[in-house]
Amino acid sequence: MGGKLFAVIVIVIALASAVPIISHTFLGASVRPPEDISTHGSDIDKQLDETMIEAGLSFLAAQLVLGFFVWRFGGRKNGPLKNFPGGAKYLVIAAVLFVGTEAIALGALGTKAWGKVFFQPASADALPIQVQAGQFAFYFRYAGPDGKFGVIHPEKIDEGNSNFFGLDPENDVAARDDIQSGEFVIPVNKEIHLMMHAKDVGHSFYVRELRIQQDFVPGLDLSLHFTATKVGKYEIVCTQLCGLGHYNMRGYLNVMSQEDFDKWLKSQSNS
Amino acid sequence: MSEASAHVVHHGPPTTFIRKHVFSLDHKVIGKQYYALALVAVFTGMVLSWIMRIHLVWPNAPIPLLGALSKAGAPGGIVTPEYYLSLMTMHGTLMVFFVLTNAPFAAFGNYFLPIQIGAEDMAFPRFNMMSFWTTFIAFCILVAAFFVPDGPPMAGWTSYAPLSAVGKDAGPGEGLGQTLWGLSIFVFCIASLLGALNFIATTLDLRTKGMTLARMPIVSWAWFITSCIALLAFAVLMPACLLLILDRVAGTSFFIPSGLNISDHLQPHQGGSPLLWQHLFWFFGHPEVYIAILPAIGIVSHILINSMRKPMLSHKAIIYCMMGIGFLSYMVWGHHMFLSGMNPFSALVFSFPTLMITIPATIMTLIWLGSLYGSNLRINAASLFSLGFISMFVSGGVSGFFLAQPSIDIYLHATYFVVGHFHMVMGVAAIFGVFAGTYFWFPKMTGRMMNERLGRLHFWLTFIGTYCIFMPFHYLGLAGNVRRYSAFTDDFLVPLIPIHKFITYAALFTGAAQLIFIFNLIYSHAKGAIAPANPWEATSLEWSTPSSPPPFDNFGGVHPVVYHDPYQYGVESSTGDYLMQASPERAGETP
Repeated sequence: MGGKLFAVIVIVIALASAVPIISHTFLGASVRPPEDISTHGSDIDKQLDETMIEAGLSFLAAQLVLGFFVWRFGGRKNGPLKNFPGGAKYLVIAAVLFVGTEAIALGALGTKAWGKVFFQPASADALPIQVQAGQFAFYFRYAGPDGKFGVIHPEKIDEGNSNFFGLDPENDVAARDDIQSGEFVIPVNKEIHLMMHAKDVGHSFYVRELRIQQDFVPGLDLSLHFTATKVGKYEIVCTQLCGLGHYNMRGYLNVMSQEDFDKWLKSQSNS
Repeated sequence: MSEASAHVVHHGPPTTFIRKHVFSLDHKVIGKQYYALALVAVFTGMVLSWIMRIHLVWPNAPIPLLGALSKAGAPGGIVTPEYYLSLMTMHGTLMVFFVLTNAPFAAFGNYFLPIQIGAEDMAFPRFNMMSFWTTFIAFCILVAAFFVPDGPPMAGWTSYAPLSAVGKDAGPGEGLGQTLWGLSIFVFCIASLLGALNFIATTLDLRTKGMTLARMPIVSWAWFITSCIALLAFAVLMPACLLLILDRVAGTSFFIPSGLNISDHLQPHQGGSPLLWQHLFWFFGHPEVYIAILPAIGIVSHILINSMRKPMLSHKAIIYCMMGIGFLSYMVWGHHMFLSGMNPFSALVFSFPTLMITIPATIMTLIWLGSLYGSNLRINAASLFSLGFISMFVSGGVSGFFLAQPSIDIYLHATYFVVGHFHMVMGVAAIFGVFAGTYFWFPKMTGRMMNERLGRLHFWLTFIGTYCIFMPFHYLGLAGNVRRYSAFTDDFLVPLIPIHKFITYAALFTGAAQLIFIFNLIYSHAKGAIAPANPWEATSLEWSTPSSPPPFDNFGGVHPVVYHDPYQYGVESSTGDYLMQASPERAGETP
């Protein structure tokens, strides 16, 4: 009795678990990644889908076999003991071949998607933008007409006077035309070279739609590059625990047409 | 393989109450003390998770008594964002260190490893007593962090620097509370190192006559392999904690670089590396996952063989797989750091062995499943939790396949997908191993049987309940739901709140179901049916002791002699369908 009940429960759980994965909704909410708006994201999505199929089938097969064997042999008394045909040897060979091939294939395929984000450097004509993460906000900086970023002086950071980056425009010519913004505004279909640094503790930069995530590490200058393909407004959230306001540390990515972006940039430098 | 002789360790029977029940040298008492400590820790950790789950879905509902417990953290019973992070930090630390390391490894290992290999006690009984009491001190230090003026630590159980290293400027909870966290884990490491050394020496030196390594039960092998892993892992975390404490109190800069402006204060540090902490922490942290799960794998294999009334398809394969997992566990720590800013090429180097760890895990799963075929499987609370373990191990294992790939990790890293994965595979699965071990060994530890009907009821509710809690975590992760958030104010998180409500209901329900277990434990201890000498008709040495619980020297002054491999089931003998390891019957006929 207990064996049969276990079998039914395991099989029901396995099948029920698969339903939201296949239907992409659970309790009325969408549980799939949002539409991808990057040039590299389709490779990641493909990798995710392929892994879902392989892992999902392995999951279902293992749970169903577990349920079936417990149904069949649970509570059996004094039956003739039998061994699984072929014994351990073939199971070990099957595991090595099946999982080994799967692992190598997925590992090799995934290298391409990973490499697009992290192995290729940003192209020379990518638009350089700097982002600084601090408790509990992201600030962005554009180089201005001179194309040069002013030097950062951590001791001069003064959020009260909107000097988020600690610039010294009095003595630093390059800093005078730098544009500082709380919003991440970028042109569509243009590669962005995002230069990242943290002012205080560890943070992370995550935009679901862009399929981009990268930690900020205090003391390290890191960079990312990507191209957004769809105009719109998206949330940027922090994914590295950074203190009490972590849940509320977010910014907006505003993807505009090149024309609107140019206008926005101009309005910023005038203000 | 040579066999060692069981000798040494002659301490007389304890005479005073204190030496018998408090500062006892007896490994059995120490094992029970570890179990009791783990029970206290697991219920504390569970209540913390309840508070978090309630706060997440009803952020403005006052939680009774909480306001009195922490006026600053939960004014009027409503949890502040920083207190949420403290609850989360304490939940993780209690569960990983004081439950998942203590219960399956230190508690059951202490009690049964010496008995299963035919020894009178551990190799170093005084060290053993010291291990437990040092662990207890570590626990007290951690709990004390709840009551310091600027609040308990809130940097997570991973305590990433510089948040954890710079002190008060980083926010509430980053003062004395965080220092106590570092001290607690430092002390815990000392205790675990002493324990690991003791387990290794005991296994290698104290096996009784005839107990070759090959004749050790799988679960003893699991404890032995786990202690080898623990020896290396805690030896790295211990100095790391010391460096963290020095950064906090002595002005050093191991983990803090120059030029940090925190809360408008330029920090007086330079030259340190936050990534160094991550490397040291995860070099311990990943093997720690296997410190939690290998003993459970051993316990479950041990119980299933007994329940199936036949040996597994291959015991050696399971032991080699455990060794393989232990070995690989030191090569994969970087998969926690794919997006940490380390060299992106190293992600591929860490990804490959991570994917390869699936191979021994799959071999073990297939051997468990294949062994069920053609068996006379007995269904009881212990075997149900063992079967439930297999189901959980598979569910938590397949999600690891996603996270092992750096490209997919770009999307899923730091989401609830990760939380679902590790809760299932190292949390729930390991706890199922502990439950199975409890139902199986309770008669030996107390001389009484646990109530079987309550045991089964506990299993059904817990099995369904844990799936209802942790499976939806994966769906949330696929939707990009970020972890470690004390509120879901982001636009894209608001539609996911119904799923969080479902999880909260499931967590409250499943947690409440654990009261059945506690009741069963207490009731059976006092009033359970008297256990027969060998209630499960089992073969290994723990069932050959003269009484239940065994006398202080385990075998009543006799050194048992072992004649057989550990799992002689499905054989014809005068006792029925099994031959005990210490039975001279058919000696020489079996391996």
